[in-house]
Amino acid sequence: MDRMSLLEELYKEIILRHYKSPHNYGSLESANVRVVGDNPSCGDQIELLVETDGEQIADVRFRGQGCAISQASASLMTDLVKGKTWAEALELERKFKSMILDGTPPSPELGDLAALSGVHKLAARVKCATLAWNALEQAAQEARTKAQGA
Amino acid sequence: MGYPDHMAIVTPQTLRQDFPLLVRHPELVYLNSAATSQKPEAVIEAVSRYYRELNASVHRGAYTLSAQASEAYEQARRTLARFIGAEEREIIFVRNTTEALNLVAYAWGLRNLRPGDEILLTEMEHHANLVPWHLVCERTGAKIKAIPLGDDGRLQLEHLGTLLTERVRLVSVMHVSNVLGTVNPVAQIAQAARAVGALVVVDGAQSAPHMPVDVRALGADFYAFSGHKMLGPTGIGVLWGRYEVLETLAPFLGGGSMIREVYLDRSTYAQPPQRFEAGTPAVAEAIGLAAAVEYLERLGMANVWQHELELAAYALKRLDEELPEVRTFGPRGPDRSGVIPFVLGGIHAHDVATALDQYGIAVRAGHHCAQPLHRKLGVAATVRASFYVYTTKEDVDRFIEALKRVRDFFKDWL
Repeated sequence: MDRMSLLEELYKEIILRHYKSPHNYGSLESANVRVVGDNPSCGDQIELLVETDGEQIADVRFRGQGCAISQASASLMTDLVKGKTWAEALELERKFKSMILDGTPPSPELGDLAALSGVHKLAARVKCATLAWNALEQAAQEARTKAQGA
Repeated sequence: MGYPDHMAIVTPQTLRQDFPLLVRHPELVYLNSAATSQKPEAVIEAVSRYYRELNASVHRGAYTLSAQASEAYEQARRTLARFIGAEEREIIFVRNTTEALNLVAYAWGLRNLRPGDEILLTEMEHHANLVPWHLVCERTGAKIKAIPLGDDGRLQLEHLGTLLTERVRLVSVMHVSNVLGTVNPVAQIAQAARAVGALVVVDGAQSAPHMPVDVRALGADFYAFSGHKMLGPTGIGVLWGRYEVLETLAPFLGGGSMIREVYLDRSTYAQPPQRFEAGTPAVAEAIGLAAAVEYLERLGMANVWQHELELAAYALKRLDEELPEVRTFGPRGPDRSGVIPFVLGGIHAHDVATALDQYGIAVRAGHHCAQPLHRKLGVAATVRASFYVYTTKEDVDRFIEALKRVRDFFKDWL
């Protein structure tokens, strides 16, 4: 594969579109779970804001800054998990990470996130793609703790 | 304005042949020498020869081989002393610049700083010259102040008079910025610092590899640098300290080699430099570093510096003229080393670096262990291209051409 097509495989138009115009970006007044995920080695940071009853993700937004891969991953992830139960969201996380870490062919349920499958070939960028998902996992734990405490 | 085809290092193309990794990867344009340099055959061979021919316990064995190994290690110390204009007994072998700075922070800072004392740093420091002082301040109650950075990428020394109060006990500054390439006027800062009785520490990680350094002329009390950034092995670096100051310091790490007498409940310590070299030292690495120094001395450090100045000027000129979408940082002039940080439009530094990698260009992207500096610059991350002795004008050309293709690829998203 020549160099240009590797770049094209990694930076598909949908990735760059979500990078420049991210979905679900900004603050969320009704959020009751808030977590911050970061990559200390590169300085990228994502804040995830979730409105949840402990069972379902009623609404979700994110803020922060980072590279095209981390921002597009967060944008696409929030689109996908909104309205899902935490169990469903964590199952999607498992499928996404399997695609990124193990190179498993993208599951149809991942939808447009399949566009990130090329990251598997770039070890240095894996943590960019998984940043938002690690934050989601943290948020799930926090939602569970809150629900138990309530 | 034309640039000579042959720069101060007359035949960098030939020089490249001395570096097995570069020979093995002829397509690689390695522009991350500020992070770590490649190693010439002479260094690899020196390390290998030590293990094949000389390996023994230093400063301990009563046998001939041990004496020879000890002599080789001490010879390395003499070579390093000569390289920076120091005395042999002032050279402490450490792991790297980070360890050297921690040594000063723990051995001097913890014992001498009191609540209300101040440490003066700069806004451009590497985390290695920030975090050790944070740890010391947490335990002593001392405070940190910083010389501000101007828009031109230089320190604003007009503030030095106000900042240098009698409360300042220690001034620690980087000689050359690992991000901006700025060469700081360390001698001037050291003179002002000493006038108020402050100790002066210089982070030489980005100066020792690239320019002639005379520690006496700097007027500092400590000067720290790493071997792996100057053609040497990893795991070896140097802390130079003025002997009168070293003598007053308590040990940093305790153990074998650094003692005079040990009882079950107390011990007395050896004189410097042994006082600060606890345990079996990195003998092969010290010998490898000495081989690196000899290699650099053959090139001539003035030539090394001139070569990098010319490459930096050439690269900056082409970036200015041919890539208006690129914004570079750092001063322009003879006080600028071969380090070029930049951003490409609104594309994140990591994406630019990944794209350049597809063209065989190895650069670093991120905050380069200088988060406060990046906050000041107002960017989260930069791409950094950095040069060294084996970098050729053709490398710079290939970098510029690749960057143009990257710009074209991202053109609708800049």
